[in-house]
Amino acid sequence: MQSVAFELREVTKEYRGGDVTVRALDRVSLRVAVGEFVAVMGASGSGKSTLMNIVGCLDRPTTGVYDLAGRCVSVMKHAELARARNRTIGFVFQQFNLLARTSALENVELPLDYAGVGRRERRRRAVRALLSVGLEGQLQRHPNQLSGGQQQRVAIARAIVNDPMVVLADEPTGALDSQTAVEVLGLFRRLWLSGLTLMLVTHDPQVAAYASRVIKMRDGRMVSDLPQEPSCSALDSRRIEGAA
Amino acid sequence: MNATSTLRIALRSMWSNKMRTILTTLGVLIGAGALIAITAIGAGAKANLENVFASMGTNLVIVLPGSTSMGGVHGRFGSMPTLTWEDLAAIQRDLASVEAVAPELRANVAVNAGDQHWTTSLTGTSPEFFEMRSWPMTRGEPLAQADVDAAAKAIVLGQTLVDRLYGPDADPIDHVVRVGSTAESRSGETGLVENDITAILRNRHHLPPDREDDFSVHDMSEIVAAQEQRTETVTRLLASVALVLLVVGGIGIMNIMLVSVTERTREIGLRMALGAQPRHILLQFLVEALALSVAGGFLGIVCGVATAAAVAERLHWPIHVQPAVVAVSIMFSALAGVVFGLHPASKAAAVDPIEALRFE
Repeated sequence: MQSVAFELREVTKEYRGGDVTVRALDRVSLRVAVGEFVAVMGASGSGKSTLMNIVGCLDRPTTGVYDLAGRCVSVMKHAELARARNRTIGFVFQQFNLLARTSALENVELPLDYAGVGRRERRRRAVRALLSVGLEGQLQRHPNQLSGGQQQRVAIARAIVNDPMVVLADEPTGALDSQTAVEVLGLFRRLWLSGLTLMLVTHDPQVAAYASRVIKMRDGRMVSDLPQEPSCSALDSRRIEGAA
Repeated sequence: MNATSTLRIALRSMWSNKMRTILTTLGVLIGAGALIAITAIGAGAKANLENVFASMGTNLVIVLPGSTSMGGVHGRFGSMPTLTWEDLAAIQRDLASVEAVAPELRANVAVNAGDQHWTTSLTGTSPEFFEMRSWPMTRGEPLAQADVDAAAKAIVLGQTLVDRLYGPDADPIDHVVRVGSTAESRSGETGLVENDITAILRNRHHLPPDREDDFSVHDMSEIVAAQEQRTETVTRLLASVALVLLVVGGIGIMNIMLVSVTERTREIGLRMALGAQPRHILLQFLVEALALSVAGGFLGIVCGVATAAAVAERLHWPIHVQPAVVAVSIMFSALAGVVFGLHPASKAAAVDPIEALRFE
């Protein structure tokens, strides 16, 4: 049995808007082991974003218990949550969310800066992360000088630079054309093969096909949770071999 | 996150919005600059005043002849020559607090030397006059008591007149100048105690208590003090206006920082997702506000000093930039940055990362 990356037990999240209380997550229990590649699927409003926010320590459950890397997140204070996001979690967003007018290198250094890593070490690790996502020669480029696929690679480098336990990706290919999307998914697959735990939110079955486990959400509940053989398109495997 | 990183983020943000940064800084710049310039010009005016009065002689009491009014008609000072040599001698003799006395009889005269004719002001006086007025001799012998006693035709010429009559660098000693005159009398004494002088003169002039003085006494040190007081009051008034300007500049910073926080909500959310703690965000915006205000304060000092120097140059005053005021300006700018930056910064730190990441 592999060690547990994170675990939710009977997690409920409610949002109160005036008299109406919306239950975004309804008694969700989920255990994800280290090295799994989980795809979370569902329509908008199904609760998949809320699940993502709780797993990413951006939000705390209303009731229930959430443990991340053996620590109880439910009782953490703001500063502790920030530290958990910094050390244990890596985020990849649909809109890349890179800082404008800031070089790729400095964007990737950002999490290390908040971790209190010294300047030299910061640079060294950021360079290594950028090289590992195939961005040699683009280190000093600003986001507006990079293509969408390159920007998402910078974002992935930023997500992995602090050696997190889990990388969370919210529709990471949503803003990319299909060719670039396949390249980025190939990169995720490579990261997964190297041992990283991944959780990817998507509504696209072709994207979910890359995962080793697919969870489907509806109305705040998990409606299915199935392991699968991760697929790997011909184009993608050719690229991976080319890169190797 | 260390101080260098925080400062770099702040400077980058300022740099990426250059126009906004310049305009925001301008508010504090004007406040701090005005404060520096006003106090420096005020101090310069005061120093200038002191110089002027010092050259007139300090601790000087001037007694002018004539009455302010006579039979209901207000006469000009000096319209009646009521002061005499004996009055002068009596003041010198009877008042221990009077160190020296000198008469001053003034006239506008035409002066001729060779083919040069100039009109100037002539003063008939005794040797004490030069010491009382701090007028040192540059060339030749000073006026002596013997010259006065013998009613000798000795004259002391001012440098301006020498240049005009004989040309620059000429030596006028032992040359003859011709003087034509009409008289108007005046006399001056140095020392103290207007009341004593008044008493002596009233007594000597046999004035009954119901009669007005037929002379008037002016204490120079009081005039100097009053003048300095006036300068100081004006300076303080203007300096407080400048401080108000500084506060207005601070409000400008708060305004822009609030806009900036709203604009950068998404960036704040991202930073939080990447591990920024609320205090990191607070510090980042506080440092930015501080950088804006201190930059404004610093540029204000430069502009203020330049303005004061230009004014001093034009009016031939000494420049008096007070280090204390410079320190106060910087401190006030920094204080404005912290005070007016705190609200926007804490607003930024309180941002909900989930909302912020969704913010368009």
